[in-house]
Amino acid sequence: MSGIGWWGVPVAVLAGAIRVSTPFLFVSLGELVTEKSGRVNLGLEGTLVMGAMSGFAIAWLTGSPWLGVLAAALVGALLGVLHAAICSLPRVNPIAVGIAMMLFGTGLAFYLGKPFIEPKAPELPALDLGFWSTSPAIRSALRVNALFFIGVALAPALVSMLRNSGTGLVLRMVGDSEDAARAMGYSPRLVRLAATAFGGAMAGIGGSFLSLYYPGSWNEGLSSGQGITAVALVIFARWNPMGCLWASLLFGGAGALGPALQAIGVTGFYHLFNALPYMVTLLIMIVSCSPDRTLAGAPGELSITR
Amino acid sequence: MASGSGFSRRAVLAGLGVGTAGLVAGPLAGRQARAADKAVVGFIYVGTANDYGYNQAHAEGAAAVRKMQGVTVLEQARVPETVAVQNTMDGMINLDGASILFPTSFGYFDPFVLRLAKSKPKVQFLHAGGLWKEGEPLNAHSYFGFISQAVYTAGIVAGHMSKTKKLGFVAAKPIPQVLRNINAFTLGAQSVDPSISTTVVFTGDWFLPVREAEAANSLADQGADVLTCHVDSPKVVMETAEKRGIFCTGYHTNQAVLAPKAYLTGAEWNWTGLYPRLVGDLIAGKTLPNMIRGGFREGFVRNSAYNAIVPEAARKQADGVRAQFMAGNFAVFKGPLKDNKGNTVIGAGTTVDEFDLVLEQMNYLVAGVIGSTS
Repeated sequence: MSGIGWWGVPVAVLAGAIRVSTPFLFVSLGELVTEKSGRVNLGLEGTLVMGAMSGFAIAWLTGSPWLGVLAAALVGALLGVLHAAICSLPRVNPIAVGIAMMLFGTGLAFYLGKPFIEPKAPELPALDLGFWSTSPAIRSALRVNALFFIGVALAPALVSMLRNSGTGLVLRMVGDSEDAARAMGYSPRLVRLAATAFGGAMAGIGGSFLSLYYPGSWNEGLSSGQGITAVALVIFARWNPMGCLWASLLFGGAGALGPALQAIGVTGFYHLFNALPYMVTLLIMIVSCSPDRTLAGAPGELSITR
Repeated sequence: MASGSGFSRRAVLAGLGVGTAGLVAGPLAGRQARAADKAVVGFIYVGTANDYGYNQAHAEGAAAVRKMQGVTVLEQARVPETVAVQNTMDGMINLDGASILFPTSFGYFDPFVLRLAKSKPKVQFLHAGGLWKEGEPLNAHSYFGFISQAVYTAGIVAGHMSKTKKLGFVAAKPIPQVLRNINAFTLGAQSVDPSISTTVVFTGDWFLPVREAEAANSLADQGADVLTCHVDSPKVVMETAEKRGIFCTGYHTNQAVLAPKAYLTGAEWNWTGLYPRLVGDLIAGKTLPNMIRGGFREGFVRNSAYNAIVPEAARKQADGVRAQFMAGNFAVFKGPLKDNKGNTVIGAGTTVDEFDLVLEQMNYLVAGVIGSTS
């Protein structure tokens, strides 16, 4: 058994789509809910890193990776509440608060995370969907983490929630017109608080996937900008949860392409292949943008599109 | 361990210190050196000191210096390669009375170490990287080890253990140091079996955990059964090899605990041996050369202990080559040597000495390496 040649590329892209996409998926779905309420939380990069650190720490201390995920979600929700609380003060710019929260989250995680760089925490369980194959490459590609399934199931669930449920209606109303929401007797502040807390919790879970499964250790360079990329993915996905799912899979798969091509001996232009996910994003943004209207699907109250 | 959070405080205090030093000039610095100490030695790292990699190797060296009689060690981690390092060094000199500094990251040297070395002629700067050039301050030193020798012996072990005859190398960037290691690893393995090839994946930067994991998995998918790497923290590559049930050889420091089944041996910096020696020489009043380089023979590098599964034949061959390195009669790079494009890079009968600066400009991958330098 020596390698799978060119088949390695689609296998790696598939594996990458599954392995690398999960944090993008959780962060972007969380941010989508936050943005649907009419607020942008740019601080999710910090939340992701805090989630990665606290998830790892709790998993290591308690021996249970799922408790780690829970802790990451709680920490993420707390950071979300903090963001929402500051933003609900008069004349506060949510973008600036987001950037401050990003620096705060990463800084705090680096500070508190020092004792956790060396230890090894228990790993999140994965399902062995490649049991039928004798190829180690396919078996490895199809070892799928439980969080991935949760994330994938969450996307259509959110579509249905936003479209059909009362909660979804209130959320969209607050996001589209604050005045309408007030007239109906809903507090935009409270709705946004809940939406931002949800977004934070999701970003925290996304972070815990990084430290508890892939690559599976806590370190300060762990995120390398995935949180902020995921925030951009929401715009790329046009505020549609299914779009977030496809965008995350695309990003994960495209990210695996560079290393996979080099591994089969396509050695040139690796910088270009490594930059592929970003180029794809840029290209789609350019093709789909228009000076005449705001982005389709964008919540009316969203400050980046106003 | 030093705390990264202390940096801003130190920077502020350093600023004050510089101001005061300007007023009181000489006497202040003298007074601040702790009376009982023979020397205060400062270590500065670009990343975390327990990263299982480049920085940890230096921190282990610092720990060895700390054990010396009458020496106080200061440490500061996560100092970026910006003016921040100059402020950190300034603070260590003015506030803590440091007389010997180890700024351990490549990018610290020019201009930060050079600038400070000019204004602090009494302080000795020992920079890791091997960058000193004629005409630069004499109290600035730059040292570097020929770790490619230790990578070569690790390559021998890898060559013995590989069944697929395919090795995988996860590398950050195609710079001469990295290429030298890739080549040494391949040549070491080919000394066991000339048919062995090494596939290289360049990730593009020194610390990208997710992409390193992808690279390691892709190499495993292609049948590579021994992985090694040249990135700042080999942790992810070692753990991936363990998860995939293949082998690995380490880099920078010992990563055996991360991959107990997979970790065969590794190429390590021997800073624990070198640093106490350099500090001892300086305390004794000796003048150090400005360019300090060496390999096995000079005690700059070493190999990790073999995994129990490494067979006798592999140990014997690797130990034998190491003994020849120690005796100074073995060269990694000797002709006839071809690169992977078919050009002859070292002619037949030529042996390139490890100290030869031509090796510091290496821009090729040897035959048997699947990869490209651009």
